[in-house]
Amino acid sequence: MDIMEKLTILTNSAKYDVACTSSGVDRGGAPGSMGSTVGCGICHSFASDGRCISLLKVLMTNYCIYDCQYCVNRCSNDTKRVAFTPEELAELTMAFYRRNYIEGLFLSSGILKSPDYTSERLLKTLLLIRNKYHFRGYIHVKAIPGTDPALLTKLGMLADRMSVNIELPSQKSLRQLAPNKSKNDIFAPMKLLTSSIRQNSYDLAHYKSAPAFAPSGQSTQMIVGASPESDFQILSLAQGLYQKYRLKRVFYSAYMPVSDNPLLPARGTKPPLLREHRLYQADWLLRFYGFKAEELLDEEHPNMNPLMDPKCNWALNHLELFPQEVNTAPYEMLLRIPGVGVKSAKRIMTARRNGSLSFEDLKKIGVVLKRAQYFITCSGKLACGLKITQDGVMRALIGDKLPAENKPEQLSLFAPSAMLLKGEIRQCLGVRT
Amino acid sequence: MPWRTDVVYLYDGTLQGLLTCVFESFSCKELPMHIYTQEECELSLFTAKWVDTDEEKARRVWESIPKKISTRARQLVLQSFYTCLPDKERHILDFLRLGYAAGPSVTERITDERVFVLQKAVKHLLNEAHLLKGFLRFSIHGNVMVGVIEPKNYALSLIAEHFCNRYPEESFLIYDKTHKQALVYQSYQAVILQLDSFEIPKEGEEELRYQRLWQRFYDTVGVEGRYNPKCRMTHMPKRYWGNMVEMAPRENHSDAYADKPAFTSLTA
Ligand code: SF4
Repeated sequence: MDIMEKLTILTNSAKYDVACTSSGVDRGGAPGSMGSTVGCGICHSFASDGRCISLLKVLMTNYCIYDCQYCVNRCSNDTKRVAFTPEELAELTMAFYRRNYIEGLFLSSGILKSPDYTSERLLKTLLLIRNKYHFRGYIHVKAIPGTDPALLTKLGMLADRMSVNIELPSQKSLRQLAPNKSKNDIFAPMKLLTSSIRQNSYDLAHYKSAPAFAPSGQSTQMIVGASPESDFQILSLAQGLYQKYRLKRVFYSAYMPVSDNPLLPARGTKPPLLREHRLYQADWLLRFYGFKAEELLDEEHPNMNPLMDPKCNWALNHLELFPQEVNTAPYEMLLRIPGVGVKSAKRIMTARRNGSLSFEDLKKIGVVLKRAQYFITCSGKLACGLKITQDGVMRALIGDKLPAENKPEQLSLFAPSAMLLKGEIRQCLGVRT
Repeated sequence: MPWRTDVVYLYDGTLQGLLTCVFESFSCKELPMHIYTQEECELSLFTAKWVDTDEEKARRVWESIPKKISTRARQLVLQSFYTCLPDKERHILDFLRLGYAAGPSVTERITDERVFVLQKAVKHLLNEAHLLKGFLRFSIHGNVMVGVIEPKNYALSLIAEHFCNRYPEESFLIYDKTHKQALVYQSYQAVILQLDSFEIPKEGEEELRYQRLWQRFYDTVGVEGRYNPKCRMTHMPKRYWGNMVEMAPRENHSDAYADKPAFTSLTA
């Protein structure tokens, strides 16, 4: 079969994986080889859905012996099956890379014959790319649940990032919808990756020549809206993964219905894009803003407010802490002001050393005054003519029209704050700013 | 004696030329209304004074910046020089005057208009250079890789290192159509040349085959249920599309910009 058809089928079955980044490791080029990686990652294109294309994202094969209900590649789904050979895929990756179409390869696979057999083929591909073609660009490879740890270790020595997708955020859903996978199948390789990465960073610190194991770390993905878990459950799980497993990223993927299973949303149901977006915003707050999942949500409010971003929502519920005086507030508190991002908080710290800041100055610094004005004073003064009541602020922040759930077009009404959407997230998410 | 301001400087458009103008300004106590290159020069009410580029004077100014201000300030000056900020020469002079008076803290005065205007322009430049590292497309002709860009800023100097480092064993040419400059890299050596025109050679069969494969990947990877052309436009402004393989009209279909995935979902 020709490569064009294989590429089409194996891209089509890989596209629901949302991880798109090539970030996390800075590795310059070297004579005799091709390629480099850039710490902040590079987007090479943007697809028709607005998401960043950074890596050649394909499956090794869409044959699969498992029957995960939410997945297009499940064995019970009647669809055409194909497989790349390691040679074909290595050649294609190099040809695309040389033309500067991509930063590298994101390789995943359905399970052909057995997890080990599948991982062997992934390994063979990576060996070709790294050793025959001397490729120094980015490689993200999936750890197939159930694979022999020795094989996973070999893959980790060749890849920049590895991931095991959790997909369903609870054991119960997993049991119902992914009958061939147990919780342990997923967490065992995750644990192994965590300890290998940790051990490796120790080795690297002690012996400069130690080979690097997945230097850009480990990530995972959870499907949102396929099963009944709340935002609070999902976010708490993510927080645990960041803390316990030292994950670099948790990705959230709004479920696109691909099955008639009565336990899943029917075909034609719109993917919960707004919910996915809120989860990314909250995730950002966990990683860069010092928030805890329990501060944003709790048992009584287990789901995100669709009307406003989680930081605004938090601030409105803690009006007793505001307004903050921009010229004296500590960094941690600046970060909690809606409309102030990590960059602008740092710039405020720098700029205020040279004299006190006015509202006009804050604009230059990049603060989104439209939201921040309700929560700050500059040298004791509020922005002109503002009255602060919870209700009034809320109305001002969300505008007068109420957006409907599942309508991402409406996002612009309460413009997801610039600070939450900087960089990676903006590019990966495909959300409007 | 107050500084004379009713004068316009003309220079050759090089960094050294501009640094010589800075020297001239201080030594003659002149604050030129504008500093122009020859092309920009229009009839003006003011005396136009041609400033000859002088390597020694330029060097003295260049070395004084880290000594009297900071290395960060010098980097800002250099990067500002590559921007498309109108009247950038005059803004750079203003910044240096402030810097010589204020010292190393000048780059922290991010709310001072003289600093802000340069930092904003540089941000635009760096952003454009970053995007080009991703959006630039090479086509391969024999053994030579060729790419064309049309940046607003003089971004070529900023992306040169990235590409030379990434493809050390290759030979390539990147043509900046806006500023008519070419980066040529071969055998671990890179130069930037003035090049008045350049046409991409016709593609061979293999090149076309990979272009088609890339287009197919592009057409397939977007998720239909998340179609969002506005978002795409925000991240990848239309002005870059003209030089990108995947945004070129398809041979066999009518949807010129691959608006919809060509291959309908396997499971639909
Ligand atoms: S094992 Fe992976 S590819 Fe196979 S059905 Fe489950 S999710 Fe899909």
